[in-house]
Amino acid sequence: MSGITFENVTVAYGRTVVLDALDLTVRPGEVMALLGPSGSGKTTALRAVAGFVQPASGRVLIGDRDVTALPPHRRGVGMVVQQYALFPHMRVDANVAFGLKARKAPRAGIAARVAEALEMTGMTAYARRYPRELSGGQQQRVAIARALAVRPDVLLLDEPLSALDARLRSGMLAELARLHRELPDVSMLYVTHDQVEALTLADRVAVMDSARLQDCGTPHDLYRRPRSEFTASFVGDANLLPVTVTEGGADFAGTRLDVPPAGDVAPGASATLCVRPHLLALGAGPNTLRGTLTELQWRGATHRLCVDVAGHRVKADVRELREAPPLGAEVALHFAGEDAVLLPTGVARG
Amino acid sequence: MAERGGSEPRTRPFPFPGGQAPRTPRGPRARGAVPAWALALPPLAVLGLVFLYPLALVLRQSVSPDGGGFSLSAYGDVLAQAAFRDALVNTVLIAVGATLGAVVLGFALALVIAFVPFPGGKALSRFVDVFLSFPSFLITLALLFVYGTAGMANGLWTGATGAAHGPFDFLHTPWGVLLAEVTYFTPFVMRPLLAAFSQVETAQLEAAASLGATAPRIVRRVILPEALPSLAAGGSLVLVMCLNEFGIVLFTGAKGVTTLPTLVYGKAILDGDYTGACVVAVVNIALSVALYGLYRSITSLNGVRRARA
Repeated sequence: MSGITFENVTVAYGRTVVLDALDLTVRPGEVMALLGPSGSGKTTALRAVAGFVQPASGRVLIGDRDVTALPPHRRGVGMVVQQYALFPHMRVDANVAFGLKARKAPRAGIAARVAEALEMTGMTAYARRYPRELSGGQQQRVAIARALAVRPDVLLLDEPLSALDARLRSGMLAELARLHRELPDVSMLYVTHDQVEALTLADRVAVMDSARLQDCGTPHDLYRRPRSEFTASFVGDANLLPVTVTEGGADFAGTRLDVPPAGDVAPGASATLCVRPHLLALGAGPNTLRGTLTELQWRGATHRLCVDVAGHRVKADVRELREAPPLGAEVALHFAGEDAVLLPTGVARG
Repeated sequence: MAERGGSEPRTRPFPFPGGQAPRTPRGPRARGAVPAWALALPPLAVLGLVFLYPLALVLRQSVSPDGGGFSLSAYGDVLAQAAFRDALVNTVLIAVGATLGAVVLGFALALVIAFVPFPGGKALSRFVDVFLSFPSFLITLALLFVYGTAGMANGLWTGATGAAHGPFDFLHTPWGVLLAEVTYFTPFVMRPLLAAFSQVETAQLEAAASLGATAPRIVRRVILPEALPSLAAGGSLVLVMCLNEFGIVLFTGAKGVTTLPTLVYGKAILDGDYTGACVVAVVNIALSVALYGLYRSITSLNGVRRARA
């Protein structure tokens, strides 16, 4: 079992730094999602592990092995990319056998390993087909089988589901989760900009922005207890409200709110209050916010209400209303104090 | 996990709406419209007059030496001549050798230009396009400046050693013709290869490398199979062009090397033997047409493959 370690890894193209002093450890057998918007440096980090970009400084380790200077073919990783990258002139079984032959695996064992990888991904019946004869989802399964056939300690997945439609993506996500359960020794670095993929699949999520690591933690922690405005807004939807910290709570537009104190924000200081829209309820209660209903969206199982509270837009997702209030109506929203998080004030994103 | 395995048909977009060429309606023609065959007549007439008719005259002269009747005696006479056989062997050997040289060199150069990033790579790629427009004798002239008896290479040698003559004296031999043809025709192999290489996804090369493949293995197992139809098409084209090359042979090897095109020239212009020249020309045409057929079949196979991909 091998994990991945980034030790102060910086990658730059000329004067442009695309990955800035990344320190991150993927534990053996762990799925780590690198989550961030375009240009955040997440793919660069993955390519630094694969050997396709050379860090300007820092080290990349796979297990205890420093692979920073090793060429890609000697790193022993499996890689799956968004465009599948199957070899079009080879049948499925030849694609899957490619890595085994390249690594000079014993000839007698190649067929068995290919069959095993195809079985694992449910592609046994398609072994003699060419990639062009497969759908997008099937091609991605073959790409995964090809990467797994070499039994890598580390599997790198670069937005592997981005080219698939929503239904296929959901199915493939479940398949990847199953593969992870079946292959508990394989460490996976999973690059995505889709928070659902990250939250569903990852043991831990590293949130990246502007070439830097912003936050890292379990999906649950990042969602429930984000440590920055960026994480709060990028991992899930969030209301980010400017407040003044008080003893035992916060003040929002003249309304006192009973919320847990932030460890590093002193009373009297400005802060940002993060409340998830689905944790707001309609009606008065503890921590009530009153305002004017400006938008009402029916979303099937829920209604999305947008309420203007003292000039701030507050979003609330409530169970489908039998009788929705009309636009312009005065409404009250409330939330439990433990569902809110006080964050140091920064630049809100997203 | 099984999923319906139906493949979506992938077709190359045709430059007409709907993906197919518009068909000529077979219903009643609109009154006053000109029939299609009538529109085809003028270009066919011009083609026949300026190209097919002279060609037919060459063919007729070769089988009707005295202007009447049919006889293959001229073929018997010409084919029995050692000069013809030498020219035929020279033509084929030089063409095959130059094609092999151009294919190997062209593949290596195209590989470097396409996959090895270096300053000026794009400019070099564009220069290949410009090179294709150069006349062939220009290359020969350039080689004379470098390797001719009074050229730079010999000049450097005599300057350095004090010898009366330099060692480079091969330009008027088949090797000189070969060097000139390889130099001139290599870009003709590179052009289709560069186009084919641009279709190879970088992600495929990276996937191959991450799977443990070394650079030579990636070239052999990933790049070459995908570029093979283009390589074959470029090679076939060069083979046909080498068979018919006249300028380079005349400039370079005229003293000691005779090929079919120069033999035609010699018989027709120098000896006044028009019938013999026509016989040699017909043999040359037959060779070219056969190879052109091969070239077309390879390129159409290439087209089918690309349409399927």
